[in-house]
Amino acid sequence: MRIWPIYKKELRLYFTSPVAWVILTIFLAIAGLFFYAIFGNFTRVSMQMAMNPMGGRDLNVTDAVLRPLFANLSVILLLVMPLVTMRLFAEERRSGTIELLLTYPVRDGAVLVGKYLAALTLYGTMIAATLAYPAIVLWVARANVEWGPLLTGYIGLLLMGGMFLAVGLLASSLTENQIVAAVVTFGILLIFWIIGWTAEFATGTLGVVLTHLSILEHNDTFAKGVLDTKDIIYYLNFTFLALFLTLRSLESRRWNG
Amino acid sequence: MIEVQNLTKRYGAFTAIRDVSFSVAPGDIVGFLGPNGAGKSTTMRILSCFMPASSGSARVAGYDVFRESMEVRRRIGYLPESVPLYSDMRVAPYLDFVAEVKGVPRSARKRRIGEVMDRCLIADVQNRLIRNLSKGYRQRVGLAQAIVSDPHVLILDEPTIGLDPRQIAEIRSLIKSLAGEHTVILSTHILPEVSMVCSGVVIINQGAIVAQGPVDRLVEEFFPTARVEVEIAGPRGAVLEGLRAIPGVLRIDDGSLAGETARFMVESARGRDVRGEIFQLAAQQKWNLLELRPVGMTLEEVFIRIVAGEESEAVTGKPETSTEAVS
Repeated sequence: MRIWPIYKKELRLYFTSPVAWVILTIFLAIAGLFFYAIFGNFTRVSMQMAMNPMGGRDLNVTDAVLRPLFANLSVILLLVMPLVTMRLFAEERRSGTIELLLTYPVRDGAVLVGKYLAALTLYGTMIAATLAYPAIVLWVARANVEWGPLLTGYIGLLLMGGMFLAVGLLASSLTENQIVAAVVTFGILLIFWIIGWTAEFATGTLGVVLTHLSILEHNDTFAKGVLDTKDIIYYLNFTFLALFLTLRSLESRRWNG
Repeated sequence: MIEVQNLTKRYGAFTAIRDVSFSVAPGDIVGFLGPNGAGKSTTMRILSCFMPASSGSARVAGYDVFRESMEVRRRIGYLPESVPLYSDMRVAPYLDFVAEVKGVPRSARKRRIGEVMDRCLIADVQNRLIRNLSKGYRQRVGLAQAIVSDPHVLILDEPTIGLDPRQIAEIRSLIKSLAGEHTVILSTHILPEVSMVCSGVVIINQGAIVAQGPVDRLVEEFFPTARVEVEIAGPRGAVLEGLRAIPGVLRIDDGSLAGETARFMVESARGRDVRGEIFQLAAQQKWNLLELRPVGMTLEEVFIRIVAGEESEAVTGKPETSTEAVS
């Protein structure tokens, strides 16, 4: 499996073109703004509570800063992640480079995994940069950060992002138009984001199933510091299903005789 | 090295190629010749394992392109017609990527890339972004990626298109120098290219092979006559009479312009040299013989004759007997 050269090439293309830099900048700017607003609010509330001898008891960084921050990051990712993956196959199809790539002695699976890992690396860089926020809480505000929920929160972010990327890769493999790929990715993710809302009107098993399918439903537990196998399996299932379908979509070129 | 049998490719209702069969011996350079849209690129895409055929089989380097595609892909270098390169990469890292994917061992890679860049005359642009390269350089980078792994078989789709005359000459001599150790199949619609570079030719028109074989044999096959161009300073009518009287002359085309000397194209059976008799004729009549020149048949004329023949037959609905493939 020649994954490594594909991985290096994709990463190089991300960073020699403006794509990675623009995405990183915009993502961090918006995330920083959210953090500023949430943390500013937290300090203000803390000050008020400090006046009240009984207040401040239930106030902690995990619930008041990190959980809303992770929730907000998830929404930004919903918008940004389709842009990370849209070019991966669509651009190769549009420019014709896929014709060379798929006639090199490298399996479709290796191409897929190489591209996926490159996107995951860019995503990892994005969320690694957000570690600055808990660091600010810790060093600048000298507030206490709970390490457990912080760790699980990032595990959750990684799993969810991994799923977003897999869906994006699938959409990108289906079209040669990058905008179509991005819109389809965003559409699929948004539908699964809000599918739980319809569960309110569904009864019995259907309601349970719809709730389970919702991304939102599996998102918050990580930030609370809970590692639930149900949520981990949900994200991994979704990721592998999307990657499997992408592989089929790549192979389909060899089907139609 | 390349064996193609009854290859057919349909896109929905449209048949791009039908019943294409040919073979290329190891070390040969074969030109795949045809007008635009004849099915050249389709055939090459099947040979390069990019897409499957609807029916028929193709073997490259002894492996089936469909069932043993990975083995075939290890042994070929392919240059698609559109020369698709990663425009956001620089030349040297791009070639390094291709060499690594194609399995050139790490220890040999740097040296090999240097060699290939020298050979393809792109060493001077190795640090430039591919997007900023001229068409000629892109074409040569494309060729470089095809030969970087030193493959047994090279499949080149229109390798000289869009180049200036000097670059064309360079690429042609490069391709020629690859013969022997590599087997090359290149498509083109430029006829002189085939006669200059290739040892064999496969002519394809409207998805079917109409002729194939060594270039000179095809010329003999389709032009069983020899031609001589004559210019004589003498009365046109009398000259024509005299030329007609020479035994073995089959046909005379009047090529003279108004007010000039008599100029004729004399066609005779191949192997029957009429130049001596023409000289004698002029000497007897005391005409000045200004020019006497044998005219070779070009592949271009063969091609036009074949393709035109095909079309007139299609119109009249006659079976394709006169243009049956040779091999």
